[in-house]
Amino acid sequence: MSYTTHADLGGQTGHGRVVPEPEGELWHAAWEPRAMALTVAMGGTGSWNIDMSRSARETLPDYAALSYYQIWAAALEKLLIERRMLRRAELRKGAAIDPPISVARVLRAESVATALARGSPTERPNVDAARFAVGDRVRTRKLKVAHHTRLPGYVQGRVGTIERVHGTHVFADPHAHGLGEQPQWLYTVVFDAAQLWPGSAPGSHRVSVDAWQPYLEPAGADA
Amino acid sequence: MSHTHIGDETEHDHSELDAMELRVRALETVLAQKGYIDPAALDVLIDTYQTRIGPRNGARVVARAWSDPTFHAWLMRDASAAIASLGYSGRQGEHMIALQNKPERHNMVVCTLCSCYPWPVLGLPPTWYKSAPYRSRAVREPRAVLADFGVNLPATTEIRVWDSTAEVRYLVIPQRPSRTEDLSEAQLAELVTRDSMIGTGLARSPTATPTQP
Repeated sequence: MSYTTHADLGGQTGHGRVVPEPEGELWHAAWEPRAMALTVAMGGTGSWNIDMSRSARETLPDYAALSYYQIWAAALEKLLIERRMLRRAELRKGAAIDPPISVARVLRAESVATALARGSPTERPNVDAARFAVGDRVRTRKLKVAHHTRLPGYVQGRVGTIERVHGTHVFADPHAHGLGEQPQWLYTVVFDAAQLWPGSAPGSHRVSVDAWQPYLEPAGADA
Repeated sequence: MSHTHIGDETEHDHSELDAMELRVRALETVLAQKGYIDPAALDVLIDTYQTRIGPRNGARVVARAWSDPTFHAWLMRDASAAIASLGYSGRQGEHMIALQNKPERHNMVVCTLCSCYPWPVLGLPPTWYKSAPYRSRAVREPRAVLADFGVNLPATTEIRVWDSTAEVRYLVIPQRPSRTEDLSEAQLAELVTRDSMIGTGLARSPTATPTQP
């Protein structure tokens, strides 16, 4: 199984400066709000989960060349086509050819506010004791995995400290691949910049990620 | 169906824009014909994020926290509940944590893997937040990124970057500017910028804002 994400950007160089943007500037083309709303509305049908969406986006071969709403639109098409809810021919024609398949629900105008306010909480009841406690030193998984994951490359195989324990949450890795929620303990793990970026001054800054328990091992006495 | 009017897009390639316009319109048409979407729901969603759910929500949270020590304590202890008490909850803000900026510690938030952002309090993320420059550099050289925003902090201030890699969402509580003791909560909220709640900016000083009526 091979899996390539194009979205793991932390620590890359050569992307240039950040261009700030005024607060009210939401869209840069008329199709962007429609693409946003289509994505949210189709998410509301329950045909896939948010981790499947992220996986569909990060594996787009031309990810780096696309604007963010282009990424959303392309991933939405991909998710629909994979599930035979849509065909390319229908997009070319601009009209439905095949009959619809059934969906769990349709987001109606009158239920938008309720659906947004409800959201999709990911915390689940704890079924076991947390393996780590605040202050524990942990090492993150070193190996690259051939599936969707939320452990960024720049913290792989690094030693950090547990700073917060968030309870048990839906585990993104299997959830993105249709393998169920498989909830796991979630932690904030903090790293010194010098641990992540060789050459940076000790104490220059610290960076944390939120990491599920399977990403972590005790750091051991050498750390 | 109504399409949101944007004005002209002189910076972009028009043929590509037209192609995207046609592509998204075709997608919407087919999905509506199949009954997967209610086009009126799209209009409500767009209107919601243009007028109801945006950074002014977060600004009210911050202003309340600045004005009310009991609320501030609640916010730091259980941000999801404290924020929900002001009416802001749900999608992309289900599990909130508030981070208090202080002279000795400046928090800033990024999502290096995609664009995770606390929608109920800040709305939709700005373009730069989703862009490669910010996502790549925020974790490696946050002071240089802050400089791109015109923010220069003392060397004694520790910079702490939070990479939102799971479903926990972070709201930065900026430091309250000085000489704001006499301001009302509504006036305080005016000082709270979106960027100050991401950690790429500071709250405005009252002298820099227009006079209140």
